[in-house]
Amino acid sequence: MDIHLKTLSELSRGLDNGEFTSLEVTKLFLDRIAAQDKKLNSFITVTESEALKAASEADKARSAGKVGPLNGLPIAHKDIFCTQGIKTTCGSKMLNSFISPYDATIVKKISNAGAVILGKCNMDEFAMGSSNETSFFGPVKNPWNLECTPGGSSGGSAASVAARLTPVSTGTDTGGSIRQPAALTGTVGLKPTYGRVSRYGMIAFASSLDQAGVITRSVEDAARMLSVIAGFDKRDSTSIDCPVPDYLTGINKSVKDLRIGVVRQHFEKDSEEKTLVAIKNALSEFKSLGVEVVEIDLPNIDLSVPAYYVVAPAECSSNLSRFDGVRFGHRAKNSKDLFDFYCRSRGEGFGDEVKRRIMTGTYVLSAGYYDAYYKKAQQVRQLIAKDFKEAFSKVDLIASPTTPSPAFKIGEKLNDPIKMYLNDIYTIGANLAGLPAMSIPCGFVNNLPIGMQLVGPHFSEEVLLRCGHKYQKETAWHMACPEAFR
Amino acid sequence: MSLNKEQVQHIAMLARLNLSDEECIESVAKLSKIVDFVNQLSAVDTADVVPMAHPLDASQRLRVDDVTETDRRDFYQKNTHETKNGFYLVPKVID
Repeated sequence: MDIHLKTLSELSRGLDNGEFTSLEVTKLFLDRIAAQDKKLNSFITVTESEALKAASEADKARSAGKVGPLNGLPIAHKDIFCTQGIKTTCGSKMLNSFISPYDATIVKKISNAGAVILGKCNMDEFAMGSSNETSFFGPVKNPWNLECTPGGSSGGSAASVAARLTPVSTGTDTGGSIRQPAALTGTVGLKPTYGRVSRYGMIAFASSLDQAGVITRSVEDAARMLSVIAGFDKRDSTSIDCPVPDYLTGINKSVKDLRIGVVRQHFEKDSEEKTLVAIKNALSEFKSLGVEVVEIDLPNIDLSVPAYYVVAPAECSSNLSRFDGVRFGHRAKNSKDLFDFYCRSRGEGFGDEVKRRIMTGTYVLSAGYYDAYYKKAQQVRQLIAKDFKEAFSKVDLIASPTTPSPAFKIGEKLNDPIKMYLNDIYTIGANLAGLPAMSIPCGFVNNLPIGMQLVGPHFSEEVLLRCGHKYQKETAWHMACPEAFR
Repeated sequence: MSLNKEQVQHIAMLARLNLSDEECIESVAKLSKIVDFVNQLSAVDTADVVPMAHPLDASQRLRVDDVTETDRRDFYQKNTHETKNGFYLVPKVID
């Protein structure tokens, strides 16, 4: 089999068996990026010389018998993660020339495990978008159909994995930014429990919702990655101190007697019929594996999108106040005074969607509106979390489509923010309640991939991964590769 | 429209964002849509519901007030050219 078609786990076994070296694998992926990424625009920065050096070192370490769990395996990072000495733009003009003085914890953990960084992936500006169209560096194309978006905000991460330009990419998920692009590109997207993976060095969007994760080709690869990136970090004040299980061993346990809940409300509206058929087929597959499927209710789930579009912008308006043009980031020239300097640096540095979210957040937090919007949204959030808690007293996992429909055309939803926001209708609930969730490929509609989302209770990643892995052993949706990138 | 041009200009001022006239007109329409959309929350009965502070009900950790970072000012200041004697330069604040 061609090396680029192999999953991360297959590459790992190939390196272990001496079938190829890290340098060979790394060169191959770098060549693929150079030849193919002009069509996709999935990378903002390619770190060729650093990657080749790291690959040689990984090969040396291997011959000396020192092998980390990701030794010599190539990986790409979403450009939201700070990388020391390498440009970190967050998809924004604001950080166009920002060189981070430190590594994000997730970057450090992955590098310490021996991985080779291929580069930094394109994304919606400051992770605000569901189509990768808000990036200062231009939209990313979907490898399955170049006229379509790959979703967002981790659009470059998802497109690069789908096109076999990297076996795995990191991503972040505030309202669906890992799962939605994974679904629209036929890849696996895992958003762990809030606090499971450190947020240190991940440029903040909405701190009570943000969580780092991965986009991979298989669930096995996601388990392999999570074992490396999960764990307590004293540098992240909301990191949770609880033991990290060996996710890779856990995926082979039985799924018999597990119970999956299907949300009645999800199947009554919102989704296209063909998407629902793909999900129903996947549920039948689960039943044949011995999983029980039952109907459940999440009575307040329809409120998740409006609650999110209060909480997320509010936190964003506060987090993005650090970009004032003084210490780093875009700096306006010829300002009249300090006030003018701030307004111009920010006005020139931020794109339309980011400005819109900052202003929405500023409005809902401004004097006289706080109770009506922010407090109200945090109360509604509590109701949604309670619904999930009650549901998880009856079922182990909840299944739904990841998105209401397959990938949409570039430009199709750009001028209607509400239409764009509603694309996250199934994914936002997990962020509001801090739950782990994963999207796995489960079919095609109009030659475009469809994803099924599984959501579990806090710290149930092992069950999510076990279920997803079992499904992938019985099906081949995740093996499909876009024709132009074979 | 739930917001008018003056309100949007006020919000932009609070957020320290320069908006062109064109951006302002567009923002009035789009922000109004967003505000209308999130207004559906007002119909929800949330009496006696405690607002969520943390998705896992965890509280913020405290740490010992020790100095753990070394002085790396010069290194950090490499992200801007506008410094003098270790200070960041900004437009004149006091006449």
